[in-house]
Amino acid sequence: MRGASQAKWVVAAVAVALAATACSSGGSSGSSGSGAVNAQGVFSYQSAEPQNPLQPANAMENQGGRITMQLFKGLVDFDPTGKPRNQVADKIETTDAQHYTVTLKSGWTFHDGTPVTAQSFVDSWNWSANVKNNQINSDWFKDIAGYTDVHPEKGDPTTDKMSGLKVVDDTHFTIELTGPVSYFQYKLGYVAFAPLPKVFFTDPAKYGQNPIGDGPYKFVSWEHNKAITLASYDKYAGVDKPKNGGIVFRNYTQADAAYKDLVSDSLDVLDQVDPTDLASYKNDLGDRAVDQVQGAIQNISFAMYQPEWQGVDKAKVRQGLSMAIDRDTITKTVLHGSRQPADSWVAPGALGYKAGTCGDFCKFDPAKAKELIQAGGGVPNNKITIVYNADGGHKEWVDAVCNSIRQSTGVDCLGDPKPDFKTARDIITKKQVTSMMRTGWVQDYSVNANYLRDVYGTGASANDAGYSSADFDKLAAQADKATTVDKTADLYQQAETQLAKDMPAIPLWYYKTNSGYSNNVQNVKFDNVGNPVYTDVEVKQK
Amino acid sequence: MPDLIEKTADVPAQGATEPKPEKPRSLGSDAWHDLRRRPIFVISALLILLLIVIAVAPSLFTSVDPRAGDLRNHFLTKPNYGHFFQPDWFGYDGQGRSIYARVLYGARASVVVGICVTLGTTILGGIIGMFAGYFGGWADAVLSRITDVFFGIPLLLGALVILNAFSTRTVWSVVFAMTALGWTQMARVMRGAVITVKQQDYVTAAKALGAGTGRIMLKHILPNALAPVIVVATIALGGYIALEATLSFLGIGLQDPTISWGIDINSAQKVIREAPFALFFPAGMLSITVLAFIMLGDAVRDALDPKLR
Amino acid sequence: MGRFVIRRLLQMIPVFLGTTFLIFFMVHMLPGDPVRAMWGDKAVDPAQLASIRHNLGLDKPWYEQYLTYMGHLFQGDFGTTMGNRKVLDVITEALPVTVRLALLAFVFEIVLGVTIGLFAGLRRGKSFDKGTLILTLLLISIPVPVLGFIFQTVFATQLRWVTPTVQDSMNIGQLVLPALVLGSLSLAYVARLTRTSIVENIRADYIRTAVAKGLPRRKVIGTHLLRNSMIPVVTFLGTDLGALMGGAIVTEGIFNVKGVGNALYHAINLNEGATISGFVVVLVLVYLAASLIVDLLYAVLDPRIRYA
Repeated sequence: MRGASQAKWVVAAVAVALAATACSSGGSSGSSGSGAVNAQGVFSYQSAEPQNPLQPANAMENQGGRITMQLFKGLVDFDPTGKPRNQVADKIETTDAQHYTVTLKSGWTFHDGTPVTAQSFVDSWNWSANVKNNQINSDWFKDIAGYTDVHPEKGDPTTDKMSGLKVVDDTHFTIELTGPVSYFQYKLGYVAFAPLPKVFFTDPAKYGQNPIGDGPYKFVSWEHNKAITLASYDKYAGVDKPKNGGIVFRNYTQADAAYKDLVSDSLDVLDQVDPTDLASYKNDLGDRAVDQVQGAIQNISFAMYQPEWQGVDKAKVRQGLSMAIDRDTITKTVLHGSRQPADSWVAPGALGYKAGTCGDFCKFDPAKAKELIQAGGGVPNNKITIVYNADGGHKEWVDAVCNSIRQSTGVDCLGDPKPDFKTARDIITKKQVTSMMRTGWVQDYSVNANYLRDVYGTGASANDAGYSSADFDKLAAQADKATTVDKTADLYQQAETQLAKDMPAIPLWYYKTNSGYSNNVQNVKFDNVGNPVYTDVEVKQK
Repeated sequence: MPDLIEKTADVPAQGATEPKPEKPRSLGSDAWHDLRRRPIFVISALLILLLIVIAVAPSLFTSVDPRAGDLRNHFLTKPNYGHFFQPDWFGYDGQGRSIYARVLYGARASVVVGICVTLGTTILGGIIGMFAGYFGGWADAVLSRITDVFFGIPLLLGALVILNAFSTRTVWSVVFAMTALGWTQMARVMRGAVITVKQQDYVTAAKALGAGTGRIMLKHILPNALAPVIVVATIALGGYIALEATLSFLGIGLQDPTISWGIDINSAQKVIREAPFALFFPAGMLSITVLAFIMLGDAVRDALDPKLR
Repeated sequence: MGRFVIRRLLQMIPVFLGTTFLIFFMVHMLPGDPVRAMWGDKAVDPAQLASIRHNLGLDKPWYEQYLTYMGHLFQGDFGTTMGNRKVLDVITEALPVTVRLALLAFVFEIVLGVTIGLFAGLRRGKSFDKGTLILTLLLISIPVPVLGFIFQTVFATQLRWVTPTVQDSMNIGQLVLPALVLGSLSLAYVARLTRTSIVENIRADYIRTAVAKGLPRRKVIGTHLLRNSMIPVVTFLGTDLGALMGGAIVTEGIFNVKGVGNALYHAINLNEGATISGFVVVLVLVYLAASLIVDLLYAVLDPRIRYA
């Protein structure tokens, strides 16, 4: 019942806040100078209904993921620039990048008051990795020794504990990996590695509707299809103590509806500005508009598994096609400046990002493009199609890219929309694409390895292009064995140059965070993957 | 508003002043004779003819490639209303393409979808509604319940299933899917009209005179039940052209390189704040088409109605 | 009449069976794998994929899934969604919202549509009639999102009478704006159907008789003309009520209303046979009830129509 009464309290607070804005808003936008702050103030954020119960290892999609990340904190997390920082961990020590000793800080508690111990982590990871528990993120634990025992490729698990995890005492445990992973600490920042309280294991399904974590916010209520409400946790022991009283994740099915609410101060923080309002949002919002680069990239990839794309010379054709795309104009016009032209396969901000690895091949040059395409023997059938999902707002830029290719090279180019993401995905994973497909990558952790090995390594499961390069794989293997993350990043940077030579995917642009906030809040910043820094948001005093 | 009824009731229908035809004519030829003299019919027929000419040969009216976009110079360039029949007459769209050219080239797919789906649903729904309404009883129960089942299928689900079955989608697959999912309303409207008409004295009289079922249906019931069907069909025509756009938007409708008003109306909605003109012209063409067919429908209905004579 | 109604109610059984069967078959035909889509662009672990599919019962053939569903349904269990929610909960959340929205739109199109159609028909060929035609054309050719956009801009952003979106989907007052948008196209149908019907009947013998008898104008129009002109309108309204209840994905999205359209859209997106069937079963019951009422109204409007 405690949860319910809290929910009422928060809802009442929101109602009061809304009523107050309705009275006070004189229509003056841009008056976001710092005023008195209400530390108990609650703000609303544009969200959508999470697909899965709110459990750390089940939060793959964005909506559930960002809420779970406020409810849970693991050993480390990322600061707004994407650098890892210790949270529950006091230190994580290793000499060989394979064996780790973790020391926890004391004083961390779950929202039900029980302490966060080494056992909370080990139990959580063992449970989440178990194939029987059907957690989407289960394969995040695959580096840990003994993973295949709880998560065999076929059949039932032989045990429910991974041999690589050992509890020493309440504040110490050890991790043994199957091999060195120099950026394991970055991986640990992923929310799947959060601890779980004892109460979780009594009824996981019920828990997912009413989660208890150790993060800066505690769960208050989940009104399906309407809102999820969190309140700040006053015993939170992390470095990022909330400066507000809570968050209401308000459910919107259409981004332009959320935008209209933001402009009229009915909503406080926006996720992304919808395409219709991109051209004018800076005008509408003044200095409350946000525009910054995000750790995500948009590519179009070739179906390298089709015989007609496999010849050695075809690399020239692919490079030519890349040069036929006028990225600058398209991002400025069709995309209203919501993307930044790409010149590499790794988004800026990630460790190991190097500008210009794509070189001249990412610069618009119709004459050179034609030349290269001819030198490579031309495009098969002189026609390409780009498979994409129609429910993702991609049509405009796919059409623009095709126009650009058609007009600068004479190669016919058509968008090939599939009704929804799952349908497009089905065709792509079954390797049934005939020439090209839209691919995108949002970083899991801020290291170039994530953009490269997971997407272009031979047989990597996100390698939609079916690309395979012995040189790339060799460098990647070396990079994975490196014992420091800087070394790894360096070697991957070398591997990236191979992509420019083979061009299995054409980098188009990096995503940007185009967002904004209402007159009710201030100090709204966004991190490098486009989420607001929730804990820093300040609600103005009424 | 006094004596309104009397007034309107006494206004003779335009062109229906012919006092005595030389020889008795059938209802059909009578209607045709009557139609040719109605200005409203002539105007709508000319409009439709023009639309058909545009649909068949859009290149007669412009030499510009409707797919050629110039983003650098023509991104959402405003219309130049003085430049009649020039590429920039209606401005340029969000891909830097001439809206004038696209409106012309979009006519083919849109008019074909609009007319064919309207014909398809009217014929299919009309037949089912006619049988259900005329025979009643078990025939009505079975046909009407089948209609209910089809009516229950969410449009999105039905369209996804049907259109995804086609490996390459053409105008015809879109027409097929929309007809398969859209006939139910027409069946209901026809059934309702037939139920009313079949109670009329002249139907009873025809039955008493021993007229066959087919003859009664075609000669007596159909012409008198047609009015609501025509109204619904002419409005639905516009709805189908717009629905095609929704299907394209969902990725299961027409696709590049096919051009249609619906697709352009849809993409123009994304730039409505900056460039309302991009929406205005394709939507305007849709209006003109619907207007032409509503006027045609009105004229045909009047011509078929013996009471107006 | 009583037997007629009972027979109608019994017909619901085959319709119910046919509809659910058809829905499950169609869901089976939907492209794509919703479980695979949970991973987005990311790498998928095949063992986990198989395990989740098994857990959701998706590894079984579709007819087996159908039989399981029907078995549970007879025990009052509508099944669960992929996110492990009870389908019945999803339905009971969305349906009241849509009922409110649909009824508002319905009342709006009846009152306004019939009134406009009546006057346009009485003044056939006059400027009011022509104005009605133009209004109809506008309503047909303005896409729903644009109409919604205009309404939001005028009433919310400029006049500030309402918030741009619906903050509480159960609040009737807030649903007025979306209801106007939702009912606008049907308004065009109702107005034109009424007009045509009036024009047709105004010359009927019984009207001439009534006028000749010296009945007051109001009575001639009300009891004779309008009543006899209503049959096609009622037919249309019967189908339209069903269509409105089926939810409006576009309108609901514009105004952030959480009704049936939104719920169905998500269910179709996730290939959730149980959820879609649950909704469609409820909707088909509504259609059956609506068409029964329409048929009964025929008999009321035109006494010559009799049902055995």
